[in-house]
Amino acid sequence: MFKKAKFWAIILVMLMMVSIIAGCTGQKQEPPKEEPKTGQQAAEPENQEVILATTTSTFDSGLLDVLQPEFEKQTGYKLTIVSVGSGAAIAMAERGEADVLLVHSPADEIRIADAGAAINRQLVMHNDFIVIGPADDPAGIKGKPTGEAFKAIAGSKSLFISRGDESGTHKKELGIWKKAGIEPSGDWYRQTGTGMGGTINVAAEKGGYTLTDRATYLSLKKNMDLVILIEGDKDLLNIYHVMQVNPEKFEKVNAEGGKAFEDFMLSQETQEIIGTFGVDKFGSPLFFPDAGKNEEELTK
Amino acid sequence: MDLVWQGIAEAFRLLLAGDPEVIRITVLTLKVSGTATLISLCIGIPLGALLALSRFPGRKFFMSLVNMGMGLPPVVAGLWITIFLWRNGPLGFFNLMYTPAAMIIAQAVIASPIITGISAAAFQQVSGKLRLQIMALGATRWQYVLLLVKEVRLSLLAAVMAGFGGVISEVGASTMVGQNVLGRTRVLTTATVMEVSKGNFDIAIALSVILMVLAYGVTLTLTLAQQRGNRS
Repeated sequence: MFKKAKFWAIILVMLMMVSIIAGCTGQKQEPPKEEPKTGQQAAEPENQEVILATTTSTFDSGLLDVLQPEFEKQTGYKLTIVSVGSGAAIAMAERGEADVLLVHSPADEIRIADAGAAINRQLVMHNDFIVIGPADDPAGIKGKPTGEAFKAIAGSKSLFISRGDESGTHKKELGIWKKAGIEPSGDWYRQTGTGMGGTINVAAEKGGYTLTDRATYLSLKKNMDLVILIEGDKDLLNIYHVMQVNPEKFEKVNAEGGKAFEDFMLSQETQEIIGTFGVDKFGSPLFFPDAGKNEEELTK
Repeated sequence: MDLVWQGIAEAFRLLLAGDPEVIRITVLTLKVSGTATLISLCIGIPLGALLALSRFPGRKFFMSLVNMGMGLPPVVAGLWITIFLWRNGPLGFFNLMYTPAAMIIAQAVIASPIITGISAAAFQQVSGKLRLQIMALGATRWQYVLLLVKEVRLSLLAAVMAGFGGVISEVGASTMVGQNVLGRTRVLTTATVMEVSKGNFDIAIALSVILMVLAYGVTLTLTLAQQRGNRS
């Protein structure tokens, strides 16, 4: 008798769980009723969910907070932003777990495009990397070329804070060390394993040097006294591309949604938003729109 | 120190002004963690009773698993659930990734062992004599279990508080399976982490104050219920 009762109790609990979960997902799939129909393409898309895998810099700088509602209003899609390092974003694309990418790790981008995981790679915008550090500049790097500066930091064993998370910024940093012929290790070289914002906070707290994109630095500047020591070096260009995850390789990818986001990012209107974003707050734009240009034009 | 005052002032401002975003985040936090705790209760109390009161082979081993699960790191739960819920994962067809439902599942996985473990310990503490007495009075098995639940209700409320406290404060799993999507899966903990990495420390402090007030409010209610039960 008891066994039977227990069985039914378990069934009951399971039913409750299923109904609760179903209730939650049901809510999600309801089409947004108050959807304003003023956008250019107000047609209701079939699969509304679009997953964007992107770097922490586009998110932490606040740019996507501006672009997301604009995209959703114009197209009727719902954008889920997965904000991780470029390394993780690329890995998600390789598994078909995202629909579209906005990243800045050129070598990896070309690698997955060649492997067929991503298609339609387009230049969206750029900004630049900068080396920031304490104002008294213990390693004396101010104004030096980037490679020389990194050598000076390693030579004087001044504290350097690295992202250490396989992100685009981390890859860039490793590239500079490699070019300078240095294998960074030891007490002076610390890896945070977190996003750009977190890493800058650590550098500020410990008084260390770090490599960052300009956008994240400008948006965090108000809290700290790290200053820009190196900027404007050609090696320090930070280029963002948008790419679609290949729907032919991964059947669950939302092909139309990914395409819609890519088109949105490249549209003139969006490019204007990108070009003016941050001017009111920081006195200069955080990103420079580049749709339609090619990479060689930028790096020369 | 001025940052703290600024943050507290900001918290009051956000709450008094009825900032719709903050209210939505707060309500979602309560919904997600509350539902997860309820599910965990439905699993944890029967399972705890079963582990404490019956005898079957492997019971001690299972008990040790539950006790280990009480310290299950949220990121571990988050990672495993992410892998299962990814659209190409084994449970991908449910399409739950990045929804509140996914966060509820993750938090239920975290809270269930806590509630199971504390309930099991509570049931085991009931003296054998009392158990014999209830049986001797001719109680059916259901009456027996119900009487025991009444007997240990104070400990069960403690289990609820521990479970709820565990999930409302976790951030690792919620970030992984929810990704902090504005208006859909953003809860107080993930929003706090985000504001810190954006450098908005005042808003982060404000959110943390709201979170603590919320957690305290729920715990206070439960504590009052528990202590009332204690007097009678």
